[in-house]
Amino acid sequence: MNHFPEAWGRPRDDVYGAYNSSYLQTSGPKTHTSSPAVTGTSVIGVKFNGGVVLATDNLASYGSLARFTDVKRLRSFGDKAVVGFGGDVSDMQYIDRLLESIDIRENYSTHGNMLNAKNLHTYLAKVFYKRRSEFNPLWNHVLVAGFDGEGEPFLSSADLLGTTFSAPHLATGFGAHLAVPILRRVFPDEKPIEEISRDQAVAALKDCLKVLFYRDARSLDKYSIAVITKEGIDLKENEQLEGQSWAFAERIKGYGAQTN
Amino acid sequence: MTSIGTGYDLSNSVFSPDGRNFQVEYAVKAVENGGTAIGIRCKDGVVLAVEKIITSKLLKPGANKRIATVDRHVGIVSAGLVPDGRHFVSRARDEASSWRGTYKGPIPTSALANRLGGYVQAYTLYSSVRPFGVTSIVGGWDSEADLPVDGQVGSGPESGAGGKVKDAQAGGPGLYMIEPSGLYWGYYGAATGKGRQAAKAELEKLDLTSGNLSLADGVKEAARIIYVAHEDSKDKEFELEMSWISSLDGPTKGRHEEVPKDIREEAEKFARRVLEGEDEDEEDKGQAEGEQMEE
Repeated sequence: MNHFPEAWGRPRDDVYGAYNSSYLQTSGPKTHTSSPAVTGTSVIGVKFNGGVVLATDNLASYGSLARFTDVKRLRSFGDKAVVGFGGDVSDMQYIDRLLESIDIRENYSTHGNMLNAKNLHTYLAKVFYKRRSEFNPLWNHVLVAGFDGEGEPFLSSADLLGTTFSAPHLATGFGAHLAVPILRRVFPDEKPIEEISRDQAVAALKDCLKVLFYRDARSLDKYSIAVITKEGIDLKENEQLEGQSWAFAERIKGYGAQTN
Repeated sequence: MTSIGTGYDLSNSVFSPDGRNFQVEYAVKAVENGGTAIGIRCKDGVVLAVEKIITSKLLKPGANKRIATVDRHVGIVSAGLVPDGRHFVSRARDEASSWRGTYKGPIPTSALANRLGGYVQAYTLYSSVRPFGVTSIVGGWDSEADLPVDGQVGSGPESGAGGKVKDAQAGGPGLYMIEPSGLYWGYYGAATGKGRQAAKAELEKLDLTSGNLSLADGVKEAARIIYVAHEDSKDKEFELEMSWISSLDGPTKGRHEEVPKDIREEAEKFARRVLEGEDEDEEDKGQAEGEQMEE
């Protein structure tokens, strides 16, 4: 007779051997999201004389499936700044709510929300860095656009590792490979942003979005574009890419529906 | 008071034999000495106003706000102990934020008033705490439009089940007043603090129940009522602080904001003019006071 009640009714050790409880691990590594699920692709942005333009398409992919086609990936922060999100959409929603709560809290002061795009970018980069240091990253690559403390146009990126990078024109994801070379050609380093007009910047971004739609299989021809100037944020969330030409596709052979 | 010395007023949460809770009643006394605060529920918004007695010439005019914002769409003004009012607002902000955490949207004014009522009431139950020394007026605007859920990214299907009643009215103005006992009612017009009797009498004349008073007129009336309520303590200088929350197509777009300086001054001018018309003898005195206010 075994006098330990927890052993009653269990297979007897002398018959079956000691129970192997090693698979019932209560300790062991804590697991976190190690890959994004529903994702948005590139975000592109350009500074111009008196402001910044930011653009994304409206697609959220589930792997290679074009799952959601009306997703707004440009999120405004008060009337001061716009954040363009690439990467995981649910993490974007989490950050969006976080920024919403900050905006509400800032508005409790008599002066209202005094945080500018530069402050916001610093904050976001620190949130990303903290989360990656906990091995629980927020799976995004963002562009923050607006103005800095001196009132100069501000454009900077932050990624899931907390890495930050600034340039007069920036792109995340596939756009870093496809859009940045175009933007560098149109707006070379020698050209100061004072010589770039709003219309030029918007037109360049539309060109980039078109190339991205041609060559990035996780992209869409519906897009959002935000122009941030001293007057405020002009956000259009339901735009359609115009003037597409797929003539070049005729020359591409070797995959897809074509067999020879 | 005859009850003093009977021992039933020494501890919170103790009833007297005739069913009173003296600590709560003393808290109400603290409120009755505070600067008058009022709220008016108009057809297209809510106005809050408070008479801020200037206790020292060394205080910066326009600083030390007494009306606070909760979330974006609610304002709270209290009469009574100012620090108690601050704590009350802090709790209201926590409630609004926790509501957002759960429901991903702004807290309805009625739900906020309910939670705050429950919170204040808990402070009448234990001997380790004292009741709140404030009566607070909570005014808000619940959006009449379909708001996106916080963090919403898409617009959803264009057709589908729905379940919405066509042309149904949702949202609108909300005005509640919470007393130290935790009692709260919804009001068309609410007044508390020193000049509440005069203010209530004026509010009753406004015919708020018919829902015809516009927000713009409400601001003027609120200023006038605070000036009327101040008549009994005319020896003290005061500052008028006013805030409003309009409908989405109104001046504040559903947000709680301070009434802009020019509109407030216009309303104060109106208030002084009306008062002077009623009381010719005091004209000179009122004029002098008016000039001081504009600093």
